[in-house]
Amino acid sequence: MSARLLVDAAGPGVTIQDQGRFGLSRYGVTPAGPMDVGAYLAATRAAGANSAIEVSLGGAAFRAEGATLCVAVAGGDFDIRLDGRPLPSACLLPLAEGARLTLRAGSSGAWCYVAVGGTLDLAPTLGSRATHARSGLGPKPLVAGEALTFAEAAPPPLEPLALTAPWLASSDAPMRLLLGPQDDYFAPEEIEAFLNARWRIGARSDRMAYRLEGPTVRHRRGHDIVSDGVAMGAIQIPGDGAPLALMADRQPTGGYPKIATVIGPDLGRLAQLRPGEDLSFRAVDWDEAVAARRDYFAAIEAGPKREPLSAEMTTESLLAENLVGGVVNAKD
Amino acid sequence: MEYETPRFLDCGEAALSVEFGDSVDPAINARVLALDERLHASALAGLRETTPTYRALFLRYEPLEISRDALIAAIQGLIDSGQANPCDSQTAVRWTIPCCYDPEFAEDIVEAAELLGQTARSLAQLHAGADYRAYMYGFAPGWCYLGGLPDALAIPRRTSPRGLTPQGATLIGGALSLIAANPMPTGWYVIGRTPERMFALDRDPPFLIAPGDAVRFEPIDPETFGMLDARALAGETVARRETLK
Repeated sequence: MSARLLVDAAGPGVTIQDQGRFGLSRYGVTPAGPMDVGAYLAATRAAGANSAIEVSLGGAAFRAEGATLCVAVAGGDFDIRLDGRPLPSACLLPLAEGARLTLRAGSSGAWCYVAVGGTLDLAPTLGSRATHARSGLGPKPLVAGEALTFAEAAPPPLEPLALTAPWLASSDAPMRLLLGPQDDYFAPEEIEAFLNARWRIGARSDRMAYRLEGPTVRHRRGHDIVSDGVAMGAIQIPGDGAPLALMADRQPTGGYPKIATVIGPDLGRLAQLRPGEDLSFRAVDWDEAVAARRDYFAAIEAGPKREPLSAEMTTESLLAENLVGGVVNAKD
Repeated sequence: MEYETPRFLDCGEAALSVEFGDSVDPAINARVLALDERLHASALAGLRETTPTYRALFLRYEPLEISRDALIAAIQGLIDSGQANPCDSQTAVRWTIPCCYDPEFAEDIVEAAELLGQTARSLAQLHAGADYRAYMYGFAPGWCYLGGLPDALAIPRRTSPRGLTPQGATLIGGALSLIAANPMPTGWYVIGRTPERMFALDRDPPFLIAPGDAVRFEPIDPETFGMLDARALAGETVARRETLK
């Protein structure tokens, strides 16, 4: 019998993502893919997976069926529990048949990845299993009651292990960006004001775009450009002067000037900000951006460290287990 | 306006826009598509994907494999040596797209005609009498933007979007026309509908028209629409494709 992952509960915006649907942007196809590629790669590589479930602030819960699954979790600082026992927010674990893995929004972070070792048995659409809800490409967002089947399930670890990686740590360092492609649509003092401002992630932010609340950014010569290609992290300034950071589900082309583009190695950090959280920007040059990219992907390539659970976590776990046990006994 | 020399604009550290002009213009678009084709043939290491748009070619690349300077030098080299010139100003493929302009299938045609000082009938005649160029896809899969709309049909976009477009909606907005693949809200006006599937996952190729192709519309009545729609649903291509000399 093949191993299955049952979706016990799923908040809104729980989707399957792989690295993205690339190569078809010339036909209007958005790549989609993970919001935080660093966290996605940490989880998928630790578990030996070809895709992951992206869990939003709404949380989710899963159970295994047919076999013990090798599961890795990484992303924001979510509250992760295995049958009620707290686990580190990034971890590799055996999900035994019937055991319940729950993810809830924790102290910080907006996205968390659950990767199951093996091959997700799901036919790709246009070369990818990434969900792009707006265009209906890829699997639909997951809902409670669904099951995912995995072939060639990878061997799970004997016990839960913590995954630690510098790129998973939260930091309030400014988001680095490169000016352009349309910074010439803004006067130098507007660019200066944009770079010096403190911004807040707006409430209506999603996989398509993060709204940035702060001062109004004024255009020097109109807000219409002839539509051109859009990179993830592009900061578009529409007619109302309220910036939008375009994220994984962005349209492949757009007709508003883009003042700057957040660099690749900082996109995961940007994605992990929640509505209401603050951020600032720092302009860098191409060489600094590429040096940061090299460091970021070299660290990801080396992989996260696997460590035994900390004594604190183990004590906490035992307490929690006793508590859960107590509840079960009381019911019995 | 076409630039004297292309502009190279950073879109982050891993993407670049090669801009040939600042307007929607067939000559500028031809340069974009010629560079696109040449880059595909050259298989430059580190170049990941190209996206042609009206006046610029968007390139995704891996800067750890090719530096921006090396990428720009390679592109400039192709342009300077004439290898990325449009060799022929004529497009090679022309599509004739069946389109029903009956108000039953063209939800906004009466409204748009009033705004333009036309009748629904004259609007349809003008739209179907023009030669279009498929400039680019954008917005959503299979949404194909067409230049060549008669000046008399240039119409300001709505200030707020209309509801979902029907599948195969033919629209006008600004100085452009557009064929929409799937239902989406839009600020444009639906002035017709084609039974052709601009985008079908189970067809090879899934997308019918290539950027740079010529496009014409052939008016059809509601009965013909019904007949062609059934054939299109069964997987047949009901638009006609011709190769131009």
